[in-house]
Amino acid sequence: MKMVGIILASSKNEKLEELASERAMASLPIASCYRAIDFTLSNMANSGIKKVAVITQYNSRSLLSHLSSAKIWELGTKQGGLFVCTPSVTKDNAFEYKGTADALYQNIIFLKRSQESYVLIGAGHHIYKMDYREVLKYHINKNADMTIISKNMIEEDELSSYGIMKLDSENRVMEFEEKPLDPESNIASLGIYIVKRTLLIELLEQVIDEGRYDFVTDVISKYRKKLKIYAYLYDGYWSNIRTVKKYYDTNMDFLKFDIRKQMLLDYPYIATRIKDDPPAKYNLGAKVKNCLISGGSIIEGEVKNSVLFSRVCVGAGASVNDCIIMNDSYIGKNCYIENAILDKQVIISDNQRIIGTKENPIIFKKGAVI
Amino acid sequence: MKEMIGMLLAGGQGSRLGILTERTAKPAVLFAGKYRIIDFTLSNCINSGIDTVGVLTQYQPLKLNQHIGIGIPWELDRKNGGVMLLPPHIKAKEGSWYSGTADAIYQNMHYIEEYDPEFVIILSGDHIYKMDYSKMLDFHKEKNADVTIAVLEVPIKEASRFGIMNIDVNEKIIEFEEKPPEPKSNLVSMGVYIFSFKLLKEYLEKGHDLHDDSDFGKHIIPMLLEDEKELYAYKFKGYWQDVGTVESYWKTNMEMISIIPEFNLYEEFWKIYTNFDRQLPQYLGQDTHTDTCIISEGCEVDGIIKNSILSPNVIIEKGAKVTDSIIMSNCIIKENAVIDRCIVCEDCIIGSKSKIGFGENIVNKKHPKIYNTGITVIGERSIIPEMIVIGKNCVVHGETKKEDYKDAELPSGETLLMKEVKQ
Repeated sequence: MKMVGIILASSKNEKLEELASERAMASLPIASCYRAIDFTLSNMANSGIKKVAVITQYNSRSLLSHLSSAKIWELGTKQGGLFVCTPSVTKDNAFEYKGTADALYQNIIFLKRSQESYVLIGAGHHIYKMDYREVLKYHINKNADMTIISKNMIEEDELSSYGIMKLDSENRVMEFEEKPLDPESNIASLGIYIVKRTLLIELLEQVIDEGRYDFVTDVISKYRKKLKIYAYLYDGYWSNIRTVKKYYDTNMDFLKFDIRKQMLLDYPYIATRIKDDPPAKYNLGAKVKNCLISGGSIIEGEVKNSVLFSRVCVGAGASVNDCIIMNDSYIGKNCYIENAILDKQVIISDNQRIIGTKENPIIFKKGAVI
Repeated sequence: MKEMIGMLLAGGQGSRLGILTERTAKPAVLFAGKYRIIDFTLSNCINSGIDTVGVLTQYQPLKLNQHIGIGIPWELDRKNGGVMLLPPHIKAKEGSWYSGTADAIYQNMHYIEEYDPEFVIILSGDHIYKMDYSKMLDFHKEKNADVTIAVLEVPIKEASRFGIMNIDVNEKIIEFEEKPPEPKSNLVSMGVYIFSFKLLKEYLEKGHDLHDDSDFGKHIIPMLLEDEKELYAYKFKGYWQDVGTVESYWKTNMEMISIIPEFNLYEEFWKIYTNFDRQLPQYLGQDTHTDTCIISEGCEVDGIIKNSILSPNVIIEKGAKVTDSIIMSNCIIKENAVIDRCIVCEDCIIGSKSKIGFGENIVNKKHPKIYNTGITVIGERSIIPEMIVIGKNCVVHGETKKEDYKDAELPSGETLLMKEVKQ
């Protein structure tokens, strides 16, 4: 494979409220037994990429523990492997990455030591399944300097949170506006790029030299005319779990057979850390409909339209509706819960009534006791 | 050098399990959904701090080999030690199959010598239990024993089916009786022995010289007693099951679905590890009805599951009904199929509207000793066409077609063996 991968997993996100107050977005639990970064990591491995750097900074503990065995994604190889990059304190460097370009620049040694011709830059919190080999083919055919994976977004309200592009008839990027108030096109950048490795090194050295640190505004926007940047239009399932609502909806998407089949059941597979939990147990009185359940769970109550992670207990007489319940949470007897997100190790005592809305699900912080 | 290494006997067929072990050694048969029987002993080893285990394979080892691999799930992939598969092999002038339990160990003496252990624990891959072998070793040292044999108390009326240890007040074994008609005690050998290695070597060599089929129960233990060696019985208190028959296999599985099973897989302590393809969630659909069951990862369920166990990646289509049954990995139960009191082995497809396990309780005509309690078994990689009725105590194996059944029916007690589906 002539491409290496870089996953940017260093950004902070306040819109996820307490879900990301103590964890990186890339390590958010998704679809009953995965973490967000599993999707991009698996995409890279399944596309034949042998060498991947994950750049992390903010709340990195949960991510680091998830990535501690590279073998899961077949990246534990002697030729290549998984490199986890956190900011390091050096003689001319502060404690943090000042922006995405700076994050890449501070790890430029990874790029310089590689021999592969191309670099794929992705993010840790995008949920999708893609064969990057197809994108690389496109990139080479177009003789592009850079290819931006993008999507024709239909929902209007989404557009102003993306980089919006205007393309010519050949799909070459003519205009690039980051998070415009009045978007003039529906083509949004997904923040996934293919660049020639040597060109990326040059660009990074140049912008950092000029005291600028953001990859989107200082590289893409600025060089949009000078470089041959093409858009690769993707039309499959893709989700960015950047708000609570998005996070909630994305989990619920996996209850749909078509999405589950395409994303999880069909080859190539999304790999994640193996949990040594026993099978889920449904005792007398359990009524489970339209749910994803993981190992080690013990269900005695009613659960509907929900996504449960590992080792969740639902007590007798309890009713759980439209909820996301993470690892090791416990729901007491005769509780009624609707539209809530329970982080890990939340304990809800007996007879509680908790009702949120689909627009605003109630969040219970990790370890909360109610 | 290791203090103690394990030698795990996993070559047995388990012939009383019938079609369940047709293509799979007993230790590799699925149990409690996602586990294979050998997982319990392997997990016991690593949980007890034994990091060097030789696994002696012989009968149908393919699945067992795939399952164990280099031992990653049990963290037995070690530079010094770890798990090692030990199949029978030929030597310069001789070489033969393993002819008995002691013979199998004797033939792998070089493997043990490489680690030069002080003690060797002999184990079997056939049993369901959680046991701390390090406590047994403490007992062995405390008693200054030559051999320690783990024993289990069973109801005295059942004792005559087993090898019985008669002991004195100090737990010293004074007599060993194999399946005595009138047992003097209810202490049954679990087939778990700790030997001091020097003595093991000496007696395995003796056993080899005297017997062609050198066996621990038949030859080695009686010889040791005759020579007045120090043999002690270590009383194990806890759950232990030998799932040796179709009925006991089914029953022991069913014990796992009771509210608080005597053998609890849900405790954090003493985890049981296994090897499985990949982590997946399970999906229970809008029309699912569950009633006392355990379901493994990757299952897609849209039917009725009652008192049953589903292994990973089973598909239960809409309207299908599974009661009192064990459905193994990758099976597809098509729409409106009904399965009652059956064991469906791995990779089977049950056609829509077929009914399995219905009819009179007539024992199997060909193998009355194996299939006689009403349980019908479908062998691995079988296909049952749609709208077929299969009775009780039946055995079906292979790709069956409509014309293989008379009047779309296989009456109770019948056997139907066809060619297996190619993978």
